[in-house]
Amino acid sequence: MPEAAETSNALDAALSESSISVAASAPDWRGAVTLAGDALVAGGVTTAAYTAEMIAAIDELGPYVVIAPGLALAHSRPSPAVLRAGLSWISLTEPVPFGHPSNDPVSLVIGLAAPDHDGHLEVMSALAGVLSDDAALARLKAASSPADLKTLLSQLSA
Amino acid sequence: MKIVAVCGMGIGTSVLLKMNTEKVLRSLGVDADVEAADIGVARGMARDAQIVLTSEEFVPEIGEIDAEVIVINNFFDLDEITEKLKIALD
Repeated sequence: MPEAAETSNALDAALSESSISVAASAPDWRGAVTLAGDALVAGGVTTAAYTAEMIAAIDELGPYVVIAPGLALAHSRPSPAVLRAGLSWISLTEPVPFGHPSNDPVSLVIGLAAPDHDGHLEVMSALAGVLSDDAALARLKAASSPADLKTLLSQLSA
Repeated sequence: MKIVAVCGMGIGTSVLLKMNTEKVLRSLGVDADVEAADIGVARGMARDAQIVLTSEEFVPEIGEIDAEVIVINNFFDLDEITEKLKIALD
């Protein structure tokens, strides 16, 4: 189906292997968001300034980025630190608390960067489709390598 | 009917919430216009809205408005969104 293929391509293009870290460890939420930021930088999506912006956003607005049990969508607003729309993926062996009243602790941090308000909607739609499926999410969290995760993502979003 | 999904930056969580809300509305057969907003413009955008969807953190900042404010805990849980929207729509 053409629609499914496009969705799969959108995720594939947004998340490169260099932006994925599985079985990572972080001492706290700042450390976890820093890993997500470093992974965006490694994939050529953002400059290091964006990492600081993501942390500042949580300091300012609170842990609202923890949008589902165990899952944080770390991001800031469009800025010069964003080079292109993209994602990073950090799955943590030991979950860390973000201070969220109902969704703590977090075992998966997805970093998101977008250069404007519209250019990443296809990626978000693909992500929403995969992440609203509990069984799919459990398989993704258990991925053993970045390549394994990419393969799973393309299977699940196809 | 107008529904506004509110988050901090307007690019991430509110966009996901908008997409999942549209899915729920389709399955309920309800015709509504869903817009994503960041907290800075939320009050203005909510002026002519009937429902505002957001996370708990932003409720105090949104303050007193005419629209019904609904807190969503799990943005990927279509059942939670369905249940809470149904109550608001009744």
